[in-house]
Amino acid sequence: MTDLGATVAPAPIIEFRSVTLAYGRREIVRAADLAIAPGERVALVGPNGAGKSTLLRAVTGLLTPVAGRVEVDGREVADFDRAALARRIAVVPQLAVLPFSARVEEIVALGRLPHEDPIRGPRPADRAAVAEAIDRVGLGRLLGRDARELSLGERQLLLVALAIAQAAPIVVLDEPTVHLDLRHQVEVMELLIDLNARDGTTVLAVLHDLNLAARYFPRVLVVADGRIVADGAPADVLTAPRIREVFGVDPGILSSGPWSTMPAGR
Amino acid sequence: MTATSAGIPAARTRTRRTLLREAARRHPRALFGGVMVVLGALIVLAIGFGTVAIAPGTTVAITLHRVLGIETGATWSAASEAIVWDLRFPRVLTAAMVGAALAVAGATFQGLLRNPLADPYVLGTASGAALGAAVALLIPVRIVVVEFGLVHAFAFVGALLAITVVYRLSRLSAWSGMTSLLLTGYAVGSLLAAGLAMAMYLSGATLRQIFAFLLGGFEAATWPRLAIALPLVVIGTAGILWRARVLNGLMLGEEAAAHLGVDVKRERAILLALGSLVTAAAVAVSGLIGFVGLVVPHVVRLVVGPSARAVLPLSIAAGACLLVLADLGARLLGDIPVGVVSALVGAPFFLFLLRRAQSGYEL
Repeated sequence: MTDLGATVAPAPIIEFRSVTLAYGRREIVRAADLAIAPGERVALVGPNGAGKSTLLRAVTGLLTPVAGRVEVDGREVADFDRAALARRIAVVPQLAVLPFSARVEEIVALGRLPHEDPIRGPRPADRAAVAEAIDRVGLGRLLGRDARELSLGERQLLLVALAIAQAAPIVVLDEPTVHLDLRHQVEVMELLIDLNARDGTTVLAVLHDLNLAARYFPRVLVVADGRIVADGAPADVLTAPRIREVFGVDPGILSSGPWSTMPAGR
Repeated sequence: MTATSAGIPAARTRTRRTLLREAARRHPRALFGGVMVVLGALIVLAIGFGTVAIAPGTTVAITLHRVLGIETGATWSAASEAIVWDLRFPRVLTAAMVGAALAVAGATFQGLLRNPLADPYVLGTASGAALGAAVALLIPVRIVVVEFGLVHAFAFVGALLAITVVYRLSRLSAWSGMTSLLLTGYAVGSLLAAGLAMAMYLSGATLRQIFAFLLGGFEAATWPRLAIALPLVVIGTAGILWRARVLNGLMLGEEAAAHLGVDVKRERAILLALGSLVTAAAVAVSGLIGFVGLVVPHVVRLVVGPSARAVLPLSIAAGACLLVLADLGARLLGDIPVGVVSALVGAPFFLFLLRRAQSGYEL
């Protein structure tokens, strides 16, 4: 499958070659193959513990495969030095408790760390990138505010802004919409589409919400029990039998989507 | 900060204060320059004050004469020169160095451990140094090399040994990096404290000397001691300043730091080593002076925000100011322990700042 993908598509920006991932002795992902082309928007869906986040950790270099290769730009991830990798891949961080009070712009400025000069620190170009990222997620009105006073939705947008400021060709997100209300879920998704359309950023996201995956991502990977069991357009991948099999629930409880027996207007 | 940030029009009386605070936050370099000027003035003042008062002009003239060989035309007695140059100068500069060292180490440990309650002593350096000093005092032989007695050497080595043991042990633990470090530091610290208690119990006549080390102070400061400790502090501090971006990256956690290009394992080990080196050098010359390392970085953060690029240099300057001032107070009040004075001066000021900060600062 890898060979087939390589001949048809342009050189992949992210590639897995029979990758096995494990924590200690516990194998989480077995022999995964995957190629993602530059500028794709890919969603990873699947039940808890299936190995989605583990796959992401292999892409971002936090986890080294026990077998196989993970490549970014045709180069093995383990060969990158961390700062160089951070200039290629921006990861939207998990919501974390801040040890010290920090302003909105000070958090977003952290995205510029991989670009910063160790002595001189942020330069005007860095400040401009921060200002633009804040503007892009629409948080300009919160400048000067303590990040710890923000709502969960605002904080998530803030972390997306941090990743935007990082100005990397790949953006990786792990469940960016949990805890968010509907409006903020949509806002985050629209931002990803905008980033993808305007900057050609490759987007790779773990999502729990199948509706969001189907609506906003042209390519969906279904991960179950450490394997990528389906890969393709939502309509082909998120079928009713597969959802029943993978998630163990009746898709009838979901609102209409590719899984609906009646073709539903998207 | 609160008034403007909430978008509520600030009350007129508050505007100027807010503007000033914004200016401080925007221009940490200018603020650093300002604090350094204050430090210089404090040093001159502190040299002048004492049982024999010496005018600031005389202090400056003697300094110019001794350091640069410049003659200002002013005259002074040989006794004044001895007091200024041989006694007070090394003492005041040692106070400044130790204040700077403890404050920068405190800022480092707080950022590294992502814990606002961390201080330079949190990972066992204090107990290690104290036990080392106590053991040295209990050894009946007195060896002195360039005025560096066993006490200084053992305190220095004890602090570094303690942190090394803590670091090694913490890597065996199942917890993730920082938590395991903190818990191991606590455990090892308790063990060393038990050793210290035993040493004090057995010490008899030397108990008072051990106690003096635990309280800390600068009575014993001399040029040679300063000359040995200062390079260690300077090298360690320079290494920490170079790594300001690492501390910034850690603000969002270890994984986020890795994603921002920080080699967390390696940088953590390096920063621990540098912070401990600086702490050990300070503790070896001055004993255990508390409070500075915990509180100065917080005061600085309240003024300039959390970026280590601003926090580290300003902590250095402010820490030096605080201990020069505290040592001056201690001398004027009849040589009471400097740690007592720094806490008496610093704690109310810190409480006042915390009150003013209202929102946005929780420990």
